[in-house]
Amino acid sequence: MRAFAALLDRLSLTASRNVKLRLIRDHLADAPDPDRGWALAALTGALSFKAAKPAMIRQAVEARVDPELFRLSYDYVGDLAETAALIWPARYGSNREPDLSEVIDALNDAKRGEVGGLLEGWLDALDADGRWALLKLVTGGLRVGVSARLAWQAAADFGGVEVADIQEVWHAQSPPYADLLAWLDGKAERPSVDAQGRFRPVMLAQPIDESDFSKLDPAAYAAEWKWDGIRVQAVSEGGIKRLYSRTGEDVSAAFPDVVEALTYEGVIDGELLVLRRGRVAPFGDLQQRLNRKTADPKIMAAHPAGIRAYDLLAADGDDLRGLTFVERRARLETLVAALASDRIDLSPVQPFQSWEDLAALRAAPPAGDPQAAEGLMLKRLDSVYEAGRPKGPWFKWKRDPHLIDAVLMYAQRGHGKRSSFYSDYTFGVWLEDADGAHVLTPVGKAYFGFTDEELKQLDKFVRDNTIERFGPVRSVRASREFGLVLEVAFEGLQRSKRHKSGVAMRFPRISRIRWDKPAKEADELATLERMLDQAEPARE
Amino acid sequence: MSLSDDLKLSRRLSAVLRPTPEGLWCPEGAFYIDPPRPVDRAVITHGHADHARAGHGAVLATPETLAIMGERYGRDFAGSVQPLAYGERAMVGGAEVTLSPAGHVLGSAQATVRQGGLTVTASGDYKRRRDPTCAAFEPVPSDVFITEATFGLPVFRHPPDTQEIGRLLHSVRQFPERAHLVGAYALGKAQRVIQLLREAGYDETIYVHGALERLNRLYEHFGVSLGSLAPATGSKADFAGRIIIAPPSALADRWSRRFPDPVAAFASGWMSVRARARQRGVELPLVLSDHADWDELTDTLKELSPQEVWITHGRDDALRRWAELNGLTARALHLVGYEDEDDD
Repeated sequence: MRAFAALLDRLSLTASRNVKLRLIRDHLADAPDPDRGWALAALTGALSFKAAKPAMIRQAVEARVDPELFRLSYDYVGDLAETAALIWPARYGSNREPDLSEVIDALNDAKRGEVGGLLEGWLDALDADGRWALLKLVTGGLRVGVSARLAWQAAADFGGVEVADIQEVWHAQSPPYADLLAWLDGKAERPSVDAQGRFRPVMLAQPIDESDFSKLDPAAYAAEWKWDGIRVQAVSEGGIKRLYSRTGEDVSAAFPDVVEALTYEGVIDGELLVLRRGRVAPFGDLQQRLNRKTADPKIMAAHPAGIRAYDLLAADGDDLRGLTFVERRARLETLVAALASDRIDLSPVQPFQSWEDLAALRAAPPAGDPQAAEGLMLKRLDSVYEAGRPKGPWFKWKRDPHLIDAVLMYAQRGHGKRSSFYSDYTFGVWLEDADGAHVLTPVGKAYFGFTDEELKQLDKFVRDNTIERFGPVRSVRASREFGLVLEVAFEGLQRSKRHKSGVAMRFPRISRIRWDKPAKEADELATLERMLDQAEPARE
Repeated sequence: MSLSDDLKLSRRLSAVLRPTPEGLWCPEGAFYIDPPRPVDRAVITHGHADHARAGHGAVLATPETLAIMGERYGRDFAGSVQPLAYGERAMVGGAEVTLSPAGHVLGSAQATVRQGGLTVTASGDYKRRRDPTCAAFEPVPSDVFITEATFGLPVFRHPPDTQEIGRLLHSVRQFPERAHLVGAYALGKAQRVIQLLREAGYDETIYVHGALERLNRLYEHFGVSLGSLAPATGSKADFAGRIIIAPPSALADRWSRRFPDPVAAFASGWMSVRARARQRGVELPLVLSDHADWDELTDTLKELSPQEVWITHGRDDALRRWAELNGLTARALHLVGYEDEDDD
């Protein structure tokens, strides 16, 4: 438990991906079995304990601590598990610290009434860090900034294998992953991948460079729209139906409406979208459905989700990944047609003769759904389905980003490597207020897109032009006469009730710093509102 | 004790020492203890800037504290100085003053004032746990014990310092390509961290920020040996796998950019609360404090069991609650001007 607690502690305080990878990898190398497997399960969100509730923790603490002192402490610390971990007055009698696996086994076996007693005994035996880790573990939600994908990457680093190899076997394994870890240790063969309902590592596209076209034969490629939803893999095998994200996380629970529609025998690769009578809704609609553990029937009815199918990886027990795109596409078209489902439709292939044709299509998508596409996908007709992001068979050709000129308003200190830099920038555009005066209204925040050298210059500008400080945030001089103009690139724009300006950008980043441009020449909010109207034709 | 006895005691006590807006005032001796603004006569418990200010007419303190003040403010920081070693007695006006070790930093003292048959001890800032860089706290039986309560909440129970230093050394081994930058207050904490590293067997050169150099020398002069130290200058690559000690404000300063991908560590009692670590962008919190934690505060009050406990600053609400539950009389003085060097 001590090593696991130390791991969580460090993970919770670093923002660096590389540091997190190292911490997890080292833990897999150093911790014994089966504890390291349980740690991996905890980090990938594969564990849940129904019996332990926050109220139980509170009760246990209040039985030992004066309620007034507890209240003052909780007010100060602000987090129940952390307050309990720090304040817990241990009693004599618990002589050894529990192992992580011991805790998990006991919780899995415990009856409802037994959990409180077990917890008290463990809390007595552990130190404050151990207690904190225990309470985070049993109440679910470690919240240490680690995704399942990151944990798999760390496991792959540890075993010297590809992350796709881990993803492919992952869902056929169960905690504490003895076979998987034995394979990563180099002591056993790769575990079996035959399990039905498992995730297949996804094939991804390389961004295309304009210079690539001269080397590519248009007759060798198929083109289709790159839909603006989230890439999913919809598996339905032997009665097992699952929806995976492109990194292999099981997202079925949030989309029961889609899972129910998986009435075929096979594995579809497609885009998860909100589909209303066959029409694609803006990404913001899909966002209402994401990041939920379960689905709310009202939201489900208002935002019906479906899949626009790109590819077919398996059908009727056959693995199709070794077939060519053309062969897989033919099977996919037959399968989707036979389904006749309003939840699953086909991503149509776009005919073209030359790259010029395709460029014209990309620049001016026809009315309807293609207006909302992120761009085009190019797939070699003879390409097999290959995990990862191989160079050559698949390309993505995104639409050019939208650009606006905005004025820097606030800057916030970064984390980790950037903790000595003001590196997160809030920018605004001009708005005419009721008195006809021009004021800035914040429209977004960006923290990348610039070089290290530019970061130094931006940091200096912030320090030299600070007006006020609010903790880690500084406001900077920004008026009609003086201000720093940032050219901001973004992928899309949505209406937003949460933002004062009424708009929210997707994927904003700093594309250029306009040291030369006077602040008063930055864009007006009206410019953004016009983009909004174009991107979002009137709803039916 | 009856109500009139209570009143009588409180009148007699206020003739020994009483809180005023200018600080703790001893009428018989005509001096203040740790006054926040310049006064004619002051008794200073220790060298931290919020307790020891420049510009007093006359200052009485331990020789170490006087040396620290001289180092920080220059030789003529006061009109006159009177060194008083631990355990010696001095008459100041009509009051008798003794200084006893407080265990906080080098030279830190509790000031005990005896007058009219009553004993009042102003402990200044103190801690009870072991600290190789200063003399250990000595309990002084008193009618009134005046305590701080910086960490006066039961969530503050500082772990063993060997464990915290162990975490730092483990991180240095795990990330040998990164520099470890430890924020530590320049007076006391920095030297204690260095000394704890030496005790743990770390005998590499430790690099120090320029702001620490004079105090490090002063500690060495008083017999606290710190091992091999060097200024933190050089090329980036020189600092991979090294430990650098700097004042906390330097962690997020441009100064820190000279180090390779530094791990920001911070040695402070506040670091047991994760939100505090996160707020400051600390990646490796080290819970090391020169203040008494909750257990040290309550153990001390139990041990001394004075007629009255006065609380100068910090979380007086929780400590008063504890005193009430444990049958002690406690009052909050609400003295202003004392900050917490742990939080700098």
